[in-house]
Amino acid sequence: MTLASPSDFQAPQQSSPNQEGPRGLQPEGWLRYLSFSLDHKVIGLQYMVCGFLFYFLGGALAGVIRTELASPISDFVSRETYNEVLTLHGTVMIFLWIVPVVNGAFGNYLIPFYVGARDMAFPRLNAVAFWLIPPAGILLISSYFIKGGAAQSGWTAYPPLSLTTPALGQVIWIISVLLLGGSSIFGGINFIATILKLRRPGLKMMQLPMYCWAMLGTSILVVLSTPVLAGTLILLSFDIIAHTGFFNPALGGNVVVYQHLFWFYSHPAVYIMVLPAFGLVSEIIPIHARKPLFGYTTMVYSIIAIVVLGLVVWAHHMFTSGTPPWMRLFFTIATSFIAVPTGIKFFNWLATLWQGKIALNSAMLFACAFIVNFVFGGITGVALAQVPFDIHVHDTYFVVGHFHYIVYGGTVFIIFSAVYHWYPKFTGRMLDEHLGRLHFMLTFIGFNLCFAPQHWLGLNGMPRRVAEYDPSFTTLNQVSSVGALLMAVSTLPFLINVVVSAIRGEVAGDNPWNALTPEWLTSSPPPVENWIGEAPLVTHPYGYGAPTDRLDLQVVTAEQIWNDRTP
Amino acid sequence: MPIPSALITLLLGMALVLAGLWVGYNVPLLPVEASTNAPIYDALFEVLLSIGTILFLGIIGLLVFSLVRFRRREGDSGDGAAIEGNLPLEIVWTAIPAVVVLFVGIYSYDIYERMGGMTPLNDHSAMHAAQPAADHHHHGGDHGSNNPAVLASSSSPSEPDQEPGRVWGGIGVASSESETLSVDVTAMQFAFIFHYPGANIITGELHIPVNQPISLHMEARDVIHAFWVPQFRVKQDVIPGQPTLLSFTATRPGTYPIICAELCGPYHGGMRSSVVVHEPADFDTWLSKNTPPAPATVASSGSNPTA
Repeated sequence: MTLASPSDFQAPQQSSPNQEGPRGLQPEGWLRYLSFSLDHKVIGLQYMVCGFLFYFLGGALAGVIRTELASPISDFVSRETYNEVLTLHGTVMIFLWIVPVVNGAFGNYLIPFYVGARDMAFPRLNAVAFWLIPPAGILLISSYFIKGGAAQSGWTAYPPLSLTTPALGQVIWIISVLLLGGSSIFGGINFIATILKLRRPGLKMMQLPMYCWAMLGTSILVVLSTPVLAGTLILLSFDIIAHTGFFNPALGGNVVVYQHLFWFYSHPAVYIMVLPAFGLVSEIIPIHARKPLFGYTTMVYSIIAIVVLGLVVWAHHMFTSGTPPWMRLFFTIATSFIAVPTGIKFFNWLATLWQGKIALNSAMLFACAFIVNFVFGGITGVALAQVPFDIHVHDTYFVVGHFHYIVYGGTVFIIFSAVYHWYPKFTGRMLDEHLGRLHFMLTFIGFNLCFAPQHWLGLNGMPRRVAEYDPSFTTLNQVSSVGALLMAVSTLPFLINVVVSAIRGEVAGDNPWNALTPEWLTSSPPPVENWIGEAPLVTHPYGYGAPTDRLDLQVVTAEQIWNDRTP
Repeated sequence: MPIPSALITLLLGMALVLAGLWVGYNVPLLPVEASTNAPIYDALFEVLLSIGTILFLGIIGLLVFSLVRFRRREGDSGDGAAIEGNLPLEIVWTAIPAVVVLFVGIYSYDIYERMGGMTPLNDHSAMHAAQPAADHHHHGGDHGSNNPAVLASSSSPSEPDQEPGRVWGGIGVASSESETLSVDVTAMQFAFIFHYPGANIITGELHIPVNQPISLHMEARDVIHAFWVPQFRVKQDVIPGQPTLLSFTATRPGTYPIICAELCGPYHGGMRSSVVVHEPADFDTWLSKNTPPAPATVASSGSNPTA
C-alpha cells in the first residue's frame, strides 16, 4: 500500500487494495491470532497477548527475587540461580513485555486508525516484527535449562563479568536480545513510514492524536539507538566466542567503552518505554474528563525535546564508573533538563482535568495513579541526575525503587489503563467496573508497598542485585515482599475480568466513551481494513465541549459522528 | 469571590512550602555522617527533599482536588469547558521547572566541587609530592602523620601507583594542605585487599585515622566491583585495567561497612568488608603492631564472604 489517494478508500470491505495478498487466504475466527496475519489489529492483539504472557513470567521471576529477599540470608535459591533470575526478570520485562506492548500492541492497533489508513505501511514487515518475538522469548527462557544455565550478568551484561559467566547462556541472551532489537527496529521503521506517509489526504501533522507524535518520537529513538546496542552485543559475542578483546581488559580491551555504547541505547530505551505511555495517557484523559487536551502544541514540542535530550544523557548511568569530571557535569545538566519538557506534559494533563467532567472509572484511576507514581519517580530522577547525590545511591535499591516507579508505576499503570479504555474496541464488550476497581486498589497499594521502602534501603546501604543483605534491613524488605505478593494477587481480578468479559461482558457498542478519536468512529470490533467506506477525516480529535447537541453522551453513535466529520 | 480564593491559594502555597521545608529538614532518611563529604551531601539531600516534597504534594493536591471538584455528577452527560490551551500559563510551567532544575544543578555542582569532584585527578601526585611534609599544621599535626611509615607513603615522590596520567576517574583530594594517607585497593571476586605501601601492610579490612585525608588507589583484578561506604557517602567503581581514585576524610571513629555495589558474580551480596576509623594514636598503634619486620604478610583478615 503506498500513499493513499481518496479513491483507495472507496474499495468495499471484501476486495482488498493490497493486490498481492488476498486476505481471504487468512484464517477466520480466533485461529487468525495464531497466523501470519497482515491485519494490524490482529498483529496488535498478538503483541498484547504475547506481552502479557511474558509479563506473568517476568512477574513470577520477580516473585522469586522477593521471596529470596524476604530473609537476609541467601536461602531460597542458589546464588547462581538468583543471578539468572534477576537477569531474566530484567530482560523479559523490558524486551518482551513493556517495549512490545506499549509500542507494538497499542501502536499497531491504533496508529492506522489515527492516521486514517487501512493498515500499516508495510504489513508483511509488521508480521515479521511480531513473529520474531515468540522465538526470541522461548530461546531466552530455554537457556535456563541448558548446561551452565542462563545469563547471570544482569540485563546490562557488563563485561568482564559477562565474559566470565557461563558462555552459552550469555550467547543465547545476546542472540535473543538481537532478535528483539531487530523486531523493534522493524516496528519503528513501520511506524515512521505509516505516520509520515499514510496519513489520510487532508489530515495535517498537527491534527494527529498525540499518541502518533509519541510513537513518531519513540520510533526515531528506536531506529537511531537500537543498532548501537546490536553492534555492541555482536562485539561482546565475539569476545565470548572468538576470544577477541574489544571489552576484555586482559587483551587490551576497555570495559567502560561497553558501558557508553550500552547506555547509548539503554537510556533512550527508557523513553522508548515511557513516551508511548505519555501518548496513551494523552488519549485517555481528555475522553474521560470531557475536555480538549490542554496545550496540544507544547505537548508536541515537549515530545521532540525529550527525544533530542534523551539521546544525550546516557552517561548519567556511569557517574561512578570512571567518567571524567567535565562529562559528569555535562550529563548532570542534560539529564536535569529533561525534567522541563516532562514537567510541561504533567502540568498540561492536570490542566486537562481542570474544569472537566471527570468519570473516575478504572481507566481513569490507573491514569491518575500514573501521574502520582511518575511524579514521584520523576522527582527522584532529578535527584539522581545530580552527580554528588548519585555517587552515594548509584547501584543501590534507591535506583531499583526509582526505575520501578518510572517503568511500572508509569508505563505498566498506563498499559492497564489503556486495556480498560480500549477493551470495548478490541472485543465489543465492556470490562467489569467492580473487578476493575478491585484490580486498581490492589495494584496501587501493592506497588507502593513494594517499591517505596526500597528508596530508604538504598540510602542506608543496601546495594542492588544482592541475594543477601544486612539483617537490620529485614523488616522493610519484608514489607516490600508483601507488596510484591499483593501485586501478584492483583492480576487475578484482572485476568478473570478480561476472560469473562470477553464472553459475558456488557455489549459496548461502537463508541461507549462518546470519544472523537478515529478508532471509535467504526464498529467494535472494527472490520478488516477498519472502515466500511471512506475513512473519516478527524481534524479535531480532542474537540470536546464544542457547543453542539451531537455530543450528548446518550445519543451519539459512531455513524452520527462519522457523518458529521466527513466533509 | 476572586479575592478570598486568591487568598486561600496563597495560604495553601505557603503551607505547602513550610510543609516541604519541614519534611526536608526533619525527616531522617540517611545513615550517620562519618566523613567530611557526608554533611555536604546531606545538605544537598535536605534541599532536594524539600523541593521534591513541595512539588509532589502540590501536584498530587491539585490532582486530588480536580478529581473531587470536577467529578462527573450523576445524570450529567455533557462536556467540560472547551479550553484548548493558555500560552502564559504554559510559559509559567515551563519556566518554573527550568528555574528549579537550574538552581538544583548549580547547587549540586557546588556540592560536587566541595567534595573534590572537580580536582584534576592526574595532577594529584605531582601536586601532592610538592607539598612539604611540615605543612600539616592546619590539622594540628597530630593525626597519624608523625608515623614515619605514613610519611613515607604520602610524601614520597616515587609512589608506585601514582604515575601521572594513569588514573582514570574518581574523586581527587579536596584539600592539598594536609598529609594524605595513600592506600592501594585491589578488588577481586569476592574481597577487597588493602595495601599500605609505606608500612608494607596487606589487610582485608581498611584501617584509617580520623580527620586525615585518605586516598584510595583502586584497581580490580577480575571483573568490575565498586567501593561504597554509605556512612561516608562515597562510591567509586573498581575497574580491571583502569585504575581509579577515591579520596575522602573520615570524621567519626567507628566501624562502617564497605560494600561492593557492582554485580560481580554469585557472591556479590557477600562481598563486604569494614572500614575501621581510629583516633590518630590508636591508628599509629595499629600500624606499628601490624607493620611486618620482613616481607608483607596478611596482618588481619577481613570478613571473607566465601568462607
